[in-house]
Amino acid sequence: MPITTKPSLQPDPSLPARLSKANLAVSPCYQCRKCSSGCPLTFAMDLLPDRVIRLALLGQEDRVLNCRTIWVCSSCETCTTRCPNGIDIAGVMDWLKEEAVTRGVATPQPGVVAFHRVFLESIRRAGGRLPEALMLRRYGLFKLWHRPNIPELVRDLKLGLKLYRKGRLRLAGPKALKGQAEIEAIFKQAEF
Amino acid sequence: MTTEITYYPGCSLEGTAVDYAASIAGITPLLDLQLNELEDWNCCGASSAHSLNAHLALALPARNLVLAEQAGRDVVAPCALCFNRLKAAEKALKSGAGAKVGIAYQGAIKVWDLLDYLTQETFITALAQKVVKPLKELKAVGYYGCLAARPPAVTDKQDFENPQNLERLLAALGASPLDWSFKTDCCGAGLAVARPDIIDTLVSRLYERALAAGAECFVVSCQMCQANLDLSQERISQKFGRDYYLPVLYFTELIGLALGHPQVEEWLAGHLVDPLPLLRQKGLI
Repeated sequence: MPITTKPSLQPDPSLPARLSKANLAVSPCYQCRKCSSGCPLTFAMDLLPDRVIRLALLGQEDRVLNCRTIWVCSSCETCTTRCPNGIDIAGVMDWLKEEAVTRGVATPQPGVVAFHRVFLESIRRAGGRLPEALMLRRYGLFKLWHRPNIPELVRDLKLGLKLYRKGRLRLAGPKALKGQAEIEAIFKQAEF
Repeated sequence: MTTEITYYPGCSLEGTAVDYAASIAGITPLLDLQLNELEDWNCCGASSAHSLNAHLALALPARNLVLAEQAGRDVVAPCALCFNRLKAAEKALKSGAGAKVGIAYQGAIKVWDLLDYLTQETFITALAQKVVKPLKELKAVGYYGCLAARPPAVTDKQDFENPQNLERLLAALGASPLDWSFKTDCCGAGLAVARPDIIDTLVSRLYERALAAGAECFVVSCQMCQANLDLSQERISQKFGRDYYLPVLYFTELIGLALGHPQVEEWLAGHLVDPLPLLRQKGLI
């Protein structure tokens, strides 16, 4: 009887090759799991960090681009710091996030993706610096639209009011920079 | 003699961390240090840039590096995240990434994080001599957070697992710094807006470990850590049925307190967890 391999388990070298090209080689992994042992976010992940690296090495694109792990990774850099083989694990997470968004993969964490988008769009619109209050308002609108949660909204508003009273939330955002055109050019070049 | 350095405040020091900004502006003259704010600086893009767009993650901080190099002095950043992004851009540009994006950067200046800069031996010695109100019996844990330390290939830090400079500073100010194992553990600040539930787990762990070490307060050098530990304390207390009272102080505020700066109470008024009851109990205010 011929040995058959399920298509989904067929290793595909193109993903690890593209990672290598971005200075993010995953092939040195010898599965010591030090990354997962030191990761403070594992409780919120669906794949442990060492699994993400292993699946990336096997070219299991679907698994790694669709997982929750890449979006709840807080980029604390503990894994990258401790990897005995010098794999930039947090950098791999970033690469996978960008790849997932670029390819329009439906994310299991739309809130996190929206936050990053709103953050960057706010910098661009404000002409170079982050208008924190405006960014929080825009993210609040996203939440209201996509998953309205009234108690959470009331809590956020109360916190915002407290911060405003303490002088820690400025409603008027930063002025546009003299170099606003340079910032716009950077965003254009980034195809964002 | 006054020392001058270029200062990159970063966006939150104009917003949610105005108290940190005020304390920095307050204490640096006491150390004969003049901070020259970088002209026309822009946002470094923070976690959102490196999460979504590698080009933005390089080009946004790189613009600041180029401006700082033109200004001709080393640059200091009070925010751990800004520091990390500036360092990451510096490493990338020095290894030739600049040519690809049309950026010319020689790398003749050094990028510092504020805590490291102010805890150089000369400053610690000067500080210790200027203490008028030793922070006696103030039991504090130093909380460094992630990105001033990690990854060392980017930050160029030697003691990235167990940094000691906050402890050295606190000791010089007369406080009692406590040892604990969570000083560089992540508080998750980057997820604070989108996934507050994750923060609840991470930050309550820090509260518990700090209390177990005997701490009465946190001392921080990153405004993202400050905001995350300070702003979430009431919510986390309610969620876990605990009554946490752990003020989250900037190291610069404590320098001001020990050196008798007249505006310390104004800076502290910005905190949601009011530090005044603790400081009064210690006879420091």
